[in-house]
Amino acid sequence: MPDTVLFYVFSAVAVGASLLVIGQRNPMYSIMLLIASFGALSALYIQLDAPFVAMAQIIVYAGAIMVLFLFVVMLLNAPQEDAAQWDRTHPLRRSGVGRFGAMLAALLTVQLVWALLRVSDASAVGARGDVAELTSVRSVGRVLFTDYVFAFEATSILILVAMVGAVVLAAREEKR
Amino acid sequence: MIPLGHYLVVSAILFAIGTAGVFLRRNLITILLSIEIMLNAVNLSFVAFGRSHGTVDGQIITFFVMTVAAAEAAVGLGIVIALFRHRESLNPDAFTSLKW
Repeated sequence: MPDTVLFYVFSAVAVGASLLVIGQRNPMYSIMLLIASFGALSALYIQLDAPFVAMAQIIVYAGAIMVLFLFVVMLLNAPQEDAAQWDRTHPLRRSGVGRFGAMLAALLTVQLVWALLRVSDASAVGARGDVAELTSVRSVGRVLFTDYVFAFEATSILILVAMVGAVVLAAREEKR
Repeated sequence: MIPLGHYLVVSAILFAIGTAGVFLRRNLITILLSIEIMLNAVNLSFVAFGRSHGTVDGQIITFFVMTVAAAEAAVGLGIVIALFRHRESLNPDAFTSLKW
């Protein structure tokens, strides 16, 4: 029973914080709220017997990626969005576009609810598998470096390309 | 224990929030944050599916998603800095030079 309560609490925190991320006009608050959302998500990962993913979530996402975002916000001294201008000029304010989009969104919601309700009556998440095997970093590492070793090596090239790309993009152009 | 469907519902809600953020917000940094929300929603469903199948594959895919997210954030923020230098604005509507 405490499992279920914790699940709902952390889900509510994750969803609420994400909603507030979208609702904020100040990007600094958005980033702080997103870190809260990531913390709640990592608690959900612990409930799913994935403690290594939970720690990676905290260290990589909250610790590295969000700090990168914070640096950029502080570096740019980013201006806040103008509410009045948003109201006047947003493309979704045009009635035809808005109505078409609302129709598509309603259709997608109906489909999603239908599909997810069909999954809901399946068995509980923790029914299958050995918990000790799933939670251990050893078994995760073994699969990562055997079955997924090619993807792992490809990822290293991706990181290298991203690093070079970020340096090239952010470098100040030389004056000639 | 919690049924798989509950995790998928949370994941779907988070993904919808992220999508709404991309469409509604007009600040490049908030749009990138919304993309991070979407990636996290997908991560949650990967881990939940992996747990319900009793394998670690879901966790491993999550690591790859995190790596791609880190690369995407680095390149995306580099682009944001370069764009800001040109137009002194973070509003995506300021960058319409390539629009027909």
